[in-house]
Amino acid sequence: MKKMSIGEAIREAMSIRMREDPNVLLFGEDVGAFGGCFGVSAGMFDEFGEKRVRDTPISEGAIIGAAIGSAATGLRPIAEIMMGDFVTVAMDQLVNQAAKMRYMFGGKISLPMVVRLPGGAGVSAAAQHSQSLEAWLTHVPGLKVVYPSTAQDALGLLLASIDDDNPVMFIEHKAMYGMKGDVESFDPIPLGKGDIKRAGSDVTIIATGNMVHAALSAAKTLDADGISAEVLDPRTLYPLDKELIAASVGKTHRVVIATEEVKRGSFGSDVAATIAEEMFDLLDEPIVRVGALNTPVPFAPVLEQTYLPNAQDIVNAVRSKE
Amino acid sequence: MKVSKNEMKDMYLRMERIRAFESKAQTLFAEGKIPGFVHLYLGEEAVATGVCECLRDDDYITSTHRGHGHIIAKGGDLKYMMAELCGKATGYCKGKGGSMHIADGTKGILGANGIVGAGQDIAVGAGLSISYRGTDQVCVCFFGDGSTNQGTFHEALNMASIWKLPIVFVCENNNYGISMCQARHQHIKDVADRGAAYGIPGVAVDGNDVLAVNEAAGEAIARARKGQGPTLLECKTYRWRGHFEGDPGNYKPKAEQEAWLKKDPIPHFRKFLVENDILTEDELNRLDEQAKEELAAAVKFADESPEPDAKTVVEDVYSDIVEEARVR
Repeated sequence: MKKMSIGEAIREAMSIRMREDPNVLLFGEDVGAFGGCFGVSAGMFDEFGEKRVRDTPISEGAIIGAAIGSAATGLRPIAEIMMGDFVTVAMDQLVNQAAKMRYMFGGKISLPMVVRLPGGAGVSAAAQHSQSLEAWLTHVPGLKVVYPSTAQDALGLLLASIDDDNPVMFIEHKAMYGMKGDVESFDPIPLGKGDIKRAGSDVTIIATGNMVHAALSAAKTLDADGISAEVLDPRTLYPLDKELIAASVGKTHRVVIATEEVKRGSFGSDVAATIAEEMFDLLDEPIVRVGALNTPVPFAPVLEQTYLPNAQDIVNAVRSKE
Repeated sequence: MKVSKNEMKDMYLRMERIRAFESKAQTLFAEGKIPGFVHLYLGEEAVATGVCECLRDDDYITSTHRGHGHIIAKGGDLKYMMAELCGKATGYCKGKGGSMHIADGTKGILGANGIVGAGQDIAVGAGLSISYRGTDQVCVCFFGDGSTNQGTFHEALNMASIWKLPIVFVCENNNYGISMCQARHQHIKDVADRGAAYGIPGVAVDGNDVLAVNEAAGEAIARARKGQGPTLLECKTYRWRGHFEGDPGNYKPKAEQEAWLKKDPIPHFRKFLVENDILTEDELNRLDEQAKEELAAAVKFADESPEPDAKTVVEDVYSDIVEEARVR
């Protein structure tokens, strides 16, 4: 067993696969000797050299294009988009090209590529460096979307993402890179398998990314009230582990969904709709969503904390069901 | 560069194949047998042909919405192409792509593309892959003059130039970006001038002269194979038809159209071949026949092929997931 931060776990997963497979390479803005904007690739340049840990110009469209073209011709690229928000600049390459190529070409071209997307708020990075654009990604057929909340999950899920023959969007919360956790396994964690982060019997809190930790904290508070909350982290947003959700909801009959996204049109909303459509008979009460306010991400800490959902919001959401 | 008789013969046949295919596509579209949009390559045959004559099967191309010519010139199979245009199960993409999305991995065809300029960024990836693997392959990136105003053009040429990638950027300047003539959509005459902005050679040639295209492409491709980096090759040509079938192209001045029709690349090349005793009229007629026969077989194949099974709609989104079907 090893203590590792989420950032270190991501670096470890990339390094493991790069040591094993010469077709795996990493490129993006300042990922080389600089070590990446958040230091995730620190040291990799020294180990693997400039060809495999490659700095690119500030050209997000061409970064994704380079991933597509190299994946279509035999490599297994990992592309880092410095801030997840910048993927909007590359949306044509991602949405119209990467996501669609296999289908448009009748299944004849595979794109084994990973796009790493540091997302999330909480560090006063304001409206263009803090967003949670999960819904933009899960909306597009052809993309898989992964969002780990622990070091162990980050490592295992990234290994599986690199091994996957489809474009995988790997969301990393920028405020969580330093979060340490135990890493016991160095094996891939299959995409599409969620995880119960805390077992409970009265309510299921489905949470992603940083909200998993808010949900765990809320669960402790609720315990004192005699409410036993189960915290379910889907880990992969698409494909979604509906079986695990159904099993949990079948036990608790109550659901709160907590994501850091702007609530309107969110991935969390889609999970709510899916449960309402497919598992309505399991529910004793309406589903409640907890999300960010429907505003751009503000700068000043007091404004940003007002914008962001937190553990108390989850506690309130659960209590609203009492 | 010496061009052999066999290469000349091959180029003539490739141009005739494209001409036959596009003429038939025009008719079939008018008859309602091809759904969707069709963007024809008529009049531009010398560009794809002259360039692709220099390529091997393991070289890559990226193409455009006007891609039939590139795919045929790179060795695409007329049967699977025609079946795809007609939305048949036997088509290149099993009826999931249509005219704008034909690809063939076995021939290095990384796809036609419905988004103007998008292939430029994808070509960078193919070039990166070649350079990373250290082979002597090349990637040719075809695009029109209209796409040179997209951000992808700048991103891709910049990235390819700093990494010295083995890419030949072939601009088919057909004088129109949909309805806007070049003089209205950019303040330069020669797209090739833009090569200077990236410190790479920019070469302009007569795109209706297949030998001129072949020679310039040969030099650019040789440079790329030797690791000397990308070239911007501009081939000046003309789009005979509207942007898509159904666009009457009223924005094209009549005199301009007539002048370009006189510069039809195929009779021009045929005359050259006969006058220089390279091929006889008989030999050329036989090649015309061969192209016609191949086309007839392709049309028959498409015609006799079944439509896709509706159930396949949920397949091929992912390598390992079949999407949920609708229950009716």
